[in-house]
Amino acid sequence: MSTETLEKEVQEVKKPAEPLFSKKRRKLLSNPLDEDNPITIQVLGICSALAVTVAMKPTLVMAIAVTAVLVLANVVISALRNTIPNRIRIIVQLVVVASLVAIVDQVLKAYSYDVWKELSVFIGLIITNCIVMGRLEAFALGNKPWDAMLDGLGNSFGYAWIILAIAFFRELTGSGKLFGVKVLPDEYMGNGVMMSPAGACILLGVLIWIIRSRNGYVEE
Amino acid sequence: MLNKNSNNYIITYAVIMTLVFGSVLAVVAMVLKPKQDMEVLLEKQNFILKAALGEKAIGSMSDKEITTLYDETVVAQVIKSTGKVLETEEASVNVFKEYKKPKDTRELPVYIIYENKDKSKIISYVFPVYGKGLWDFIWGYVALESDLETISGVVFDHKGETPGLGARITDAEVQGRFKGKKIVDTLSGEMSIPYFEKGEGNDYSNNPQQVDGLSGATITAKGVSSMLDSYLTLYKPFILAQKNEY
Repeated sequence: MSTETLEKEVQEVKKPAEPLFSKKRRKLLSNPLDEDNPITIQVLGICSALAVTVAMKPTLVMAIAVTAVLVLANVVISALRNTIPNRIRIIVQLVVVASLVAIVDQVLKAYSYDVWKELSVFIGLIITNCIVMGRLEAFALGNKPWDAMLDGLGNSFGYAWIILAIAFFRELTGSGKLFGVKVLPDEYMGNGVMMSPAGACILLGVLIWIIRSRNGYVEE
Repeated sequence: MLNKNSNNYIITYAVIMTLVFGSVLAVVAMVLKPKQDMEVLLEKQNFILKAALGEKAIGSMSDKEITTLYDETVVAQVIKSTGKVLETEEASVNVFKEYKKPKDTRELPVYIIYENKDKSKIISYVFPVYGKGLWDFIWGYVALESDLETISGVVFDHKGETPGLGARITDAEVQGRFKGKKIVDTLSGEMSIPYFEKGEGNDYSNNPQQVDGLSGATITAKGVSSMLDSYLTLYKPFILAQKNEY
């Protein structure tokens, strides 16, 4: 379900400026969705994938927040890449990420107070989300802003569809709801394991297994 | 060409970076502050009215309607645990800060809900409560009917209770279990605060103090019970004084 919507979004981005999307650039967007997925292949950003995926709504907000932070941080760092002194580059990255996260946190608090209450702890932890730092180190420091933006989008969508898929099954089997609306009959007893991070761990493991066996990825 | 590895460059870079990002953050925080304070206030008004009038009456209201209704029908007072009414403005009292003080020095806000804006008939009294759950603080509002004995509704909120277990205290269904319970023992007439029973799925509709418990969230449930007990005991002199008045 979530994969389809994501692919649609990606296509919409592609339409307006074709020349900007060479084959290489399209790969930047599509690779992280599957072959180079930050969660299932690189196994980054696991903590938040386990913690926020109890229900669809907070997960969606988390996905949007990570997308905003990752894309903006990638662009900012990439724009500054020629000025950043190598010796303090990690500090510069942290300052940029932390500032962006603080802004996202403040904006959420002002405009989506309910969700902020639920997520503020995890929003703060985006600062330490390995996907963000990982992309900054591995990509943004060596590439132009436009490429960095595509890379940021690709990776955050890769992150988003995985956590949304986990949240879908957790909310459905754990409480019989989707986006807070009951979809299973009242007789259905919620599965308590799915409500706890342990359930997410099992689901994530299964998901990693399926994806890796499908695209033949093997740890070296 | 600047030497990017010289100490001067690095120090200047760090200073400028700090200034730029620092001021951006400060501006964002300042711009958003009024809106955030509004949200906090709105949530409080929402909770108070929800406790008094029920989820059904409040749930479909827009933010503006809630604020109007609150301004028209709610009168806030600040009292001491002796029952004495203070001059303090309700808006300046922070229940969390008061919770950390010794019980007899606490300033306690109480909210009196009138039927309509001419303020002739009281329909409910709402009392804030604060306590500890399993992982962090829990708080809420208890609304008593005008007889000052029957609970007309409660609202609970929490900071970090386990989702699906302790966090269920925010569910309307769980909060609804307190509706109609009494804070006074029917036989002795003494104060007796409703509490969560052990286990879940039992019928306590015949007992005015027992409330069906939360399976898997024993400590949060105990926290709620003791929060209600300690706070309603603090409000007792006020409640008795109000009872004598009417």
